[in-house]
Order: sequence, then structure tokens, then C-alpha cells
Amino acid sequence: MTDVTMSRMPYPNRRVDVSPAAVQARVRARYRAETRFRAYGLAALVITTVFVAVLIADVMTRGVPAFWQHSLALDVPVGAEIVAPAGKTDATTIRGADYYLLTRRVLDTAIPGIEGRNAQKLLTRLLSIGAADALRERLVAEPSLIGTTVKAQLLLSDDADLYFKGSETGISTRPMRGIATPSGTSGEVTVLTSANDFADALVLIKQGLASRAERLRGEASRLELFGGTAVAGRVTELRNEAQALQERVDLPKVEEALDDRIPSLLVAINGGLVKITKIKDIAVTGDVLLPLKSTAEAGPGAWKLVTYETPESNRKVSDQEVAFLERFRELGAVQRSFNWRFLTAGDSREPELAGIRGALVGTALTLFVTLVLCLPMGVMGAIYLEEFAPKNRVTDLIEVNINNLAAVPSIVFGLLGLAVFLNFLGLPRSAPLVGGITLALLVLPTIIIASRAALKAVPPSIKEAALGVGASHQQAVFHHVLPLAMPGIMTGTIIGMAHALGETAPLLMIGMIAFIVDVPKSFTEAATVLPVQIYLWSDLPEAAFQAKTAAAIIVLLVFLFLMNGLAIWLRKKFERRW
Amino acid sequence: MDALAAAETLPRSAVSAGTRTKVTARDINVFYGEKHALKDVSVSVPDRGVMSFIGPSGCGKTTFLRCINRMNDTIPICRVTGRLAIDGQDIYDPALDVVQLRARVGMVFQKPNPFPKSIFENVAYGPRIHGFARSRTDLEEIVMTSLERAGLLKEVEDRLNDPGTSLSGGQQQRLCIARAIAVGPEVILMDEPCSALDPIATARIEELIDELKQNFCIIIVTHSMQQAARVSQRTAFFHLGVLVEEGTTADMFTNPIDQRTRDYITGRIG
Repeated sequence: MTDVTMSRMPYPNRRVDVSPAAVQARVRARYRAETRFRAYGLAALVITTVFVAVLIADVMTRGVPAFWQHSLALDVPVGAEIVAPAGKTDATTIRGADYYLLTRRVLDTAIPGIEGRNAQKLLTRLLSIGAADALRERLVAEPSLIGTTVKAQLLLSDDADLYFKGSETGISTRPMRGIATPSGTSGEVTVLTSANDFADALVLIKQGLASRAERLRGEASRLELFGGTAVAGRVTELRNEAQALQERVDLPKVEEALDDRIPSLLVAINGGLVKITKIKDIAVTGDVLLPLKSTAEAGPGAWKLVTYETPESNRKVSDQEVAFLERFRELGAVQRSFNWRFLTAGDSREPELAGIRGALVGTALTLFVTLVLCLPMGVMGAIYLEEFAPKNRVTDLIEVNINNLAAVPSIVFGLLGLAVFLNFLGLPRSAPLVGGITLALLVLPTIIIASRAALKAVPPSIKEAALGVGASHQQAVFHHVLPLAMPGIMTGTIIGMAHALGETAPLLMIGMIAFIVDVPKSFTEAATVLPVQIYLWSDLPEAAFQAKTAAAIIVLLVFLFLMNGLAIWLRKKFERRW
Repeated sequence: MDALAAAETLPRSAVSAGTRTKVTARDINVFYGEKHALKDVSVSVPDRGVMSFIGPSGCGKTTFLRCINRMNDTIPICRVTGRLAIDGQDIYDPALDVVQLRARVGMVFQKPNPFPKSIFENVAYGPRIHGFARSRTDLEEIVMTSLERAGLLKEVEDRLNDPGTSLSGGQQQRLCIARAIAVGPEVILMDEPCSALDPIATARIEELIDELKQNFCIIIVTHSMQQAARVSQRTAFFHLGVLVEEGTTADMFTNPIDQRTRDYITGRIG
């Protein structure tokens, strides 16, 4: 048997074990190696997919709320004396009227009886500065509505909007058992009850105080452990505070004062709302947030204890504002609608009025300039380098440098733009023209490299056939090689464009960081682009801008997906088999 | 011009009276960089007939063929010395337009390479760029005639807009021949046109060559001695870059003079 097997092998002198068992084992080891390799590939794919999924999920959950906005749907009596004084109903007069007065009146009608400048200010500030914009434009379009009552949607401010998106506080209510008697309808009142209704609340407050004391003590000891002498003062402070709290808890005091670091307690009675400042088990003292209708007695179950679970100091909206907003919600005036403003308005310092239209138009203009510049230059350059350039040292040098340019950090192109285009050539700062030229330089090496690869991939037999029929070199390249290389060139171009779409650093250097409110109309007007807009918004302090940043990121991602989808579709459409 | 042709007639060949010489080569040397690929090749190719170049792989026959339509110009390290004349005119004259030359000397390649365009476009491209057709009808006429003469018209006349690459191998090669004919060449060079085809397609192409020889000067490079014997009137044998022997096909195969020729034909080399 050894003879037979040895004569089959080409190297009969090698000592290779060719027994069936050994051969089988080797084959099995090969298959195992293949399975391992496939497993690695799959694992890599899964990890990548998980990361992408997490990214998209995070951006979506943050950003989707920004596409919805809340407004108050109220009847607005359009007083002719405010909107069209002296009977003039032309657009300028209507646009120049004081809509603040109108909206104040509407709010006062919806929640009457609010006294005190602070409370009034809080009420009017619940509406956005631009709340009457839509109404104003309607009146300009239909002046006949002046003097009638119009059902209008008044945009809420960003904090109110965020409140209704559910991020601020939970509210729980408990009907009370006793008969309550309020001492007044506004200002500071006392509510007496016939049963020990407030005992539970009192206990909870004491528990809250105790846990806070515990937390303070824990923080003090942690600081002491890690901080050393520098924080000794703070440690003593904390310890004293904890001590004070503990005393309050321990002393069998019957009355407790509430502060803004524990959940707020309120009494809803006789159509009004009282915020409790001092609590005993049978009576509370507090400030009226929403005026009561009367001082009549309220029977068991007719009045409630309301808890705002997040302490006031942890919230952006105060108890008064929450009271107003909840009243509006009870009136059925709160409406949720799609935030078209986001897509049609320019930037603004007020989050509820801010939109990405300016950034979208700026991006479109900039990318247009980039495309118009770098596509012809890139493709022509690639064709020249590939087909017509003589093969000498100069050409080699150019090739090496193009590859280097593709790796240069993008901010360097921004410096170039700043130095040459803005300083030396004096082009307008922050204009799509300058941004487009800078990005074109950035993307050019990518397009040249991709186009050369596409040209190289065309089989030389096609070119030879064209030459054989008597085409000149140029005709052969443009009539035959270039059309076949088109799918690759287009893919390279669109990938380059997608790359340029997301570039922020070079555009920051040429000044596109300015706060641009108007939508740019030409290539030389100041503009901003979407990535820069995202960067600017992410820096702003208002909480509502976080959601807007994420929403703008969603729009940018949608654009990128569309562009890449277009690249794939074009490639498939023009792919030819040869 | 006739005197020149007469002076360049090789002694042994029996060029029949009335057959002009179309292509004349004298002392052609081809260098690929340092490598001396062709050494002092001199040959005359008669018009309106088929001449075949035979020889083992790497002997230089394709290199010599590509010199005739200056396709070697596309290779940067290739250098050609000597005199190559078509109808007495030196084709390596710097004043000569290469593009025009390639319209007069057509080429069919070893692997069929139709353009990835429609069948009509494949044939129409040449005449269009040379301006041979003044109108659409002229162009159509040229295309139809070329396809007819290539023996392809009947098979494709109802699908002229289909891509050229959708045809079978044999049909594609005939399309390439039609494409070459369409520009009205005087010489057609064929570099092993049937080596990628099956015997039936090969037979059809050989039939076609037989018809075409009445109007064109055809030079065919072939590996197959049987094909050379079937198709050509004159044969040249190349070996290691040297033109060893040249003469009528009948003489070459029945009574070769050189020992190397004898060895090749009897199968001892190559």
C-alpha cells in the first residue's frame, strides 16, 4: 500500500503521512479554520452593527421629540384698535402692531384672577416670543378677520414645550378625607381640615429630611477621605447642615416648613391651587398659585393633595409655571403638532423658533460650488495623469503629492482658505463660494484617486480595439474608456461629496461659525452649513437645543444616506459587463 | 513604385504575375527595452490574398504583425527600426498620421473585443469618427454592408440595438471583423482570430477569410498549421525572432528548405 500511495505523490522522497486518517484530520482542520474565519467575520459585522444601531437609536430618541411642538389653541379676539389702529389694514401696519397686548389679554381670559407682577410675568413668558407670528401672517393675508375672534395656535416657549414632552416632573394627586376650609381666595391662605389629612405628608417630609441629612453626611465623609485639607471648610459646612437637618427630624415639632429641595406639595381646592409653605397635620399655610373660586367648604373627596415629585430646585419650571401649564392642559388648550418651523425657519436664539432652513440652503449652495469645481477638475486631472502624462519624474512627484493631499487634516485646508481666499483674494467671509472652493480642494484628491482607479480598471482590450479602428488616443479615451469608468468615477464623486457634507473644521476657519439668521440667497452672502449649525447648537445652554441638535443630526444623516443610496443606484444603473 | 516592388521581391518566391505587393518590410528590428525581439525581418506581402505567419510561441510573429499598423507605438519601451512600407509609402515616416494609417490597416484581435455598445454602434463607430458617412442613411448603409460581408447580417438584422457583448464568441469575432471592414481598409491583420473559438465558428471564419481575400490583403498569425494550410496562399515561418523561411503555402508544407522549418512542420519543435 505504501508503494501505491507513494507513487501518486509528486515527491516520493518526502515523508508525508498520507494515510486516510491523517488526510481526513488535515481536511477537518482546514474546515475548522474556515469556520473560525467566518465566525471572526460575523463577529466583526455584529459588533459594527451593534455600534451603528446604538448610535442611531441614541440620536433618534434624542432628536425625534424636536420634530413635535406644543402650542396653546385659544380663541383670540383680534381687537381692531391694536392690530389696525386708525382703520389702516395694510401689511406694514398689521405687521407692526403690538401682539404682546393681544396675547396677554388672551392669557388673562384663559386663567383669570392672577395678581402679582411675578405671577403675571411667568404667565406671559409661557408663550414664545414668536407665538403670534402665525396669527400675524394670517391677518396680513386676510385683513377681514380683524375685529373677529380667531382660533389661533400660540407657540409655547421652549421650557413649557419641554414640560409637555414629559421631561420635568411627575404629578400625583390624592383625594383628602376631611372637610377643608380655606381662609381666602388669593395671596397667603390657610387651609384647615377636619381630619388628620396632612399627617402622612408630614411623615414623608421628615423622612425626606432625614435622607437628605444622610446624603450630606456621606458626602462630607467622602470629601474628607479624598479631599485633604483644602476641602476642610466645605466638610465642616456639610456636617453643620446635616446636623441642622437632623435636629429638625428629631425634634417632635408639629409643624414643618417646606423648601425647594423636597418635592412640592399643593392643595387643589375650590377650583384653585395653593402651594404649601408650612404644614401641620390638620392645617397648612401656603401661597395661592391659581385663585380659588370661593372660601366655601370643600367636602371629603372634593379637594386633593397634589405632589410635584421632582423638587423645584431640580426643575427648569417653577411650581407657579407648572400650575399654569397644568391648568391649560385641563382646559384642553394644549395641542401637539408637527414642527414645520424646524425645516422652514432660520436660526434663532429662542429654541422653539430655531430652524435649519438657513443651514440647509447654505449646505446646498456650498456643495453645489464644490461639485461644479471638483468634478470636472478631478476627472480631467485623472484622465490626464492616467492616459496622457509622460512617465517622468515630474509626473511621479505629482502623483505622490496627490496621495499625500488626500491625507492632510481638513483644518489645514481651512487655514489655506483663510490665508489665500479671505486675506489675499479678499473674497467675502463665511460665503458659500469660499466654503465651496475650500471643500473642493479637500475633496479633489479623493476624486482623482477614485477616478484613476476606475480608469485603470477598464480592460485594455477595449482601448486597443478603438485604436485598431483608427481612433486617436483622445477619442479612444473619451468615447470608450471614460464611459466604462463612469460608475467608478460617480461612486468616487458621491463619496467625496458625502465626505464634504460632513466637514466642519475647514468651514469654521473661514468664518462660517457666525450666527446667521437669514436664509442665504446667493453664493456671496454669509451662510452656515449643517454640521456647523449642529456644532453651534450643541454649545448653547437651553435644554431644548439638545433635542434640536440631535434632530439636525438626524437630518444630516438622512442626507448622507440619500447621497450614498444615490451612488449605489447610479453605479448599478451604469454597470456594464464586458 | 513597381520598380521598388520588383526590387524587393525575394528570389525564391513565385509571386504570380499581376499580383502587386502590398506590404514590404526590410530589416525590421524590434527592441523591448534591452530585449531584441525581432532581428532583421524582411518580407513582402502580396495584395488580394492571404499570407500567414506561423511559428512557435514567443517567436515574434504577433510583434511583427503589430508593427504593420503601428500598434507597438502604445508600448513605451518598444523601439522599431528598419523600413516598413505599404504601397511603397514608409509608414514610420514622422509626417504620417498614425490614425489614418490605422483606418487603412484594420486589426482583428485574438480574443473578440466588441465595444460594450450596441451591434450597430460597434460597426458605425469607425466610419463615424473618420467622417465616411455624411448622413444617417449613409451610416446605415455602411453598417449593413459590413455586416453582410462579415456574414453576420442575417443573424443580427432584427436586433441591431442589442449590446455587442450579448453575441456568442464566434458571432462576436465576426462582429469585430465587420467593425474592421467598415472603415474600408486595404489590409486586414488578424492575430490568431480563431484560437478562442470552437471548430464550427472557426470554419465559418475561415470561409469568411476566403471570401474577403478577393478584396483585401489579409495577414493572419496562426498557431495552427492546418489553418495556415487551408486558408493562406503564402506562409512565413518565424523562429526566435528571425524570419526563417517564406514562400507559397504549398511549397512550405511539402518541401521546406530550412531544417528549422522542417522540424517545426513535422512537430519536432514548437
